[in-house]
Amino acid sequence: MSKLKLIIKREYLAKVRNKSFIIMTFLSPILMVGMVVLIAFLTKINDGDKRIIAVYNESDYLSNEFKPTETISFVKYRSLNKEQAMDSTIAMGYYGLLHIPKEADLEETLANTFLYTKENPVSSVVERLERVFENRLRQDKLQKIGVSSKEFSKIEQAFDLKTATYKGEENVKGLNMMKAFVGGAFGYLIMMFIIIYGGFVMRSVIEEKTSRIIEVIISSVKPFQLMLGKIIGTSLAGLTQFAIWIFSASLLLIVALLVLDIDLGVMASNPALTSNPMIGMPTPQESEVEFWAKEFFNLPLLLLLVSFAIYFILGYLIYSSIYAAIGAAVDNETDTQQFIFPIILPLMLAIYVGFFSVFNNPHGPIAVGFSLFPLTSPIVMLMRLPGGVGDGGVPLWQLITSIILLILTFLAIVWLAAKIYRVGILMYGKKPTYRELLKWLKY
Amino acid sequence: MSHILVAEGVSKSYGNHVALSNISLEIPKNCIYGLLGPNGAGKTTLIRIINQISYPDKGKVFFDGELLAPHHIAVIGYLPEERGLYKSMKVGEQVLYLAQLKGLSKIEAKKRLKYWFDRFEIGDWWNKKVQELSKGMAQKIQFIVTVLHEPKLLIFDEPFSGFDPINANKIKEEILALKEKGTSIIFSTHRMESVEELCEYITLIHKSEKLLDGKLSNIKKAYKNNVFNIGLHITNTADSIIEHLNGDFQITQSDYNSEEKQFNFKVQLPSQDTSELIKRISTLGTINHFNETIPSANDIFIETVKSKMA
Repeated sequence: MSKLKLIIKREYLAKVRNKSFIIMTFLSPILMVGMVVLIAFLTKINDGDKRIIAVYNESDYLSNEFKPTETISFVKYRSLNKEQAMDSTIAMGYYGLLHIPKEADLEETLANTFLYTKENPVSSVVERLERVFENRLRQDKLQKIGVSSKEFSKIEQAFDLKTATYKGEENVKGLNMMKAFVGGAFGYLIMMFIIIYGGFVMRSVIEEKTSRIIEVIISSVKPFQLMLGKIIGTSLAGLTQFAIWIFSASLLLIVALLVLDIDLGVMASNPALTSNPMIGMPTPQESEVEFWAKEFFNLPLLLLLVSFAIYFILGYLIYSSIYAAIGAAVDNETDTQQFIFPIILPLMLAIYVGFFSVFNNPHGPIAVGFSLFPLTSPIVMLMRLPGGVGDGGVPLWQLITSIILLILTFLAIVWLAAKIYRVGILMYGKKPTYRELLKWLKY
Repeated sequence: MSHILVAEGVSKSYGNHVALSNISLEIPKNCIYGLLGPNGAGKTTLIRIINQISYPDKGKVFFDGELLAPHHIAVIGYLPEERGLYKSMKVGEQVLYLAQLKGLSKIEAKKRLKYWFDRFEIGDWWNKKVQELSKGMAQKIQFIVTVLHEPKLLIFDEPFSGFDPINANKIKEEILALKEKGTSIIFSTHRMESVEELCEYITLIHKSEKLLDGKLSNIKKAYKNNVFNIGLHITNTADSIIEHLNGDFQITQSDYNSEEKQFNFKVQLPSQDTSELIKRISTLGTINHFNETIPSANDIFIETVKSKMA
């Protein structure tokens, strides 16, 4: 068996057999699913809170307009005065009192209508009422120009503008929610993996230094072999953990959803992402599940998987060799802080740029720039790629340039990290400065 | 005579710091070779070059007649000064792993391990984790790891630091047994007195430079300065004896124990010829010891450093 294989095997087993690793592997999915279920449950409670609005209508309008929904119902007050209505609303514990006074015409009436509540009213209630009034006003105005409300309801017409590239291929309008979700998930996965397992690599290097076994080992193998074996072994342990997580989490999630009867579609449409102008909402004739499934299979899945593999492997190797170099440079974990921050920075930047900029404008200058820059490209490019490659998606030259830059950076960084590692593992007792690290490169 | 290791003009520097300058050595086969010098002299740097952990800036190293190459790692055993084991790994697995890294097959490694575990009577440690072992126990494991692949050349950096006297002796015996089997051994230490008796050849290194090297007995001969220790049981007073000898001999040091009537003194002679001295002192009392002072490696080191500085 070659030495590299031996090292990989040892690193893998050392990681996998570790008690905290085993505990984390089995506890995390439970925690994760627990969180999701908790959030879903709390959201449901929050939204399920039915609000009752007392309507004190003195006018001649709006007698049939207030129809109860899942979250709001209405109670009508009659033959009271305003103060009595208010007292009664408070006494009954209703959410608020809507007072519609009697005025000369509809516009005047609505202009003087008030909603009285104890606190600032929640926006959903206000919006719901405003919609009622807007509708009523529109009908009124249409009636004045001679359109009946029946005719009006027929007039309403949704429209979907078709777009195409100059070559006539159907185009994608922005990134829809499924694409954003898949891209975001990939990007986030890469970041988490780098931070967690890069940290493992670093701690493993520090352990070899503090236990003083390092010199025994590098009298048998090249430091570079050891570093590479460590990185690969640790990442294999990480992949094992991820595989267990994904499997058990999806299993638990399905069980939890079935038990608690929570609709996944509702949750998926809930996140803040909806504030972006997303196109592609389910049409009424297909169920939400069918819609999401269709959307999912519309993605360029093969391209995504292949590029995920490329960006994931290269990105992880770049970052974990930096982590290994840091581990080699210091004597204990507390000394690592000053070196870790600059590593986390581009990762965080990539995630934020991805969420705030790439989803809105996947081919804008910021998105392009960050998806070419090698330290952020693994995350940002993967967020852009669900839109496809070529017309309407990521231009092919950008994908290729980005991968070439990443490979070049990978070679350069691994070379530099290996140099620092080689010198660092035999240095004891000093907390190095950046200047010293530079000096080590010349040894 | 064939050599296990030859270094020719090896130099190494780290930035502005010169660790080794132009060191040349010849280490004969099947001997115990002492690499001596104070801390920071460059011993460890030289050893790391031999182990191919680092590489010389200038100069060449030959192992058993061949230019030093990666495959030689399998026939060199190295016990570094900074040594340790994976704390949370089991003893058996760990030794197997390290032996396999040295190129042994798993089966062969297991067989040899059994021999050593029996020899040290530690067979029941196989499934213990290193953190459960005492320091002395871990050192034994460390020794086994170093010699398990039956290297042609064994290098020990500060070999006896951290061993209690009993274990240190045990290890010393094992090392001598390995030498009997034909292994060449390098001891590197700043505690020169600890290995002096074992070494046949030595090199003194000081501030990155070689001060002197060669067969220890020859070096000692060269550094002998004809000083003799004499013990006399006397009946006269010590003063009268000093007076009697002083004209013809140079007494450098004396000490009289009146209770035992024992007079010990050192005499500096102009040559190795002691016949006149013995003739004279035998008339003054009973000689109960007479020997030549042999300088220790430490003395030689200090003297050489002094003379080089001057």
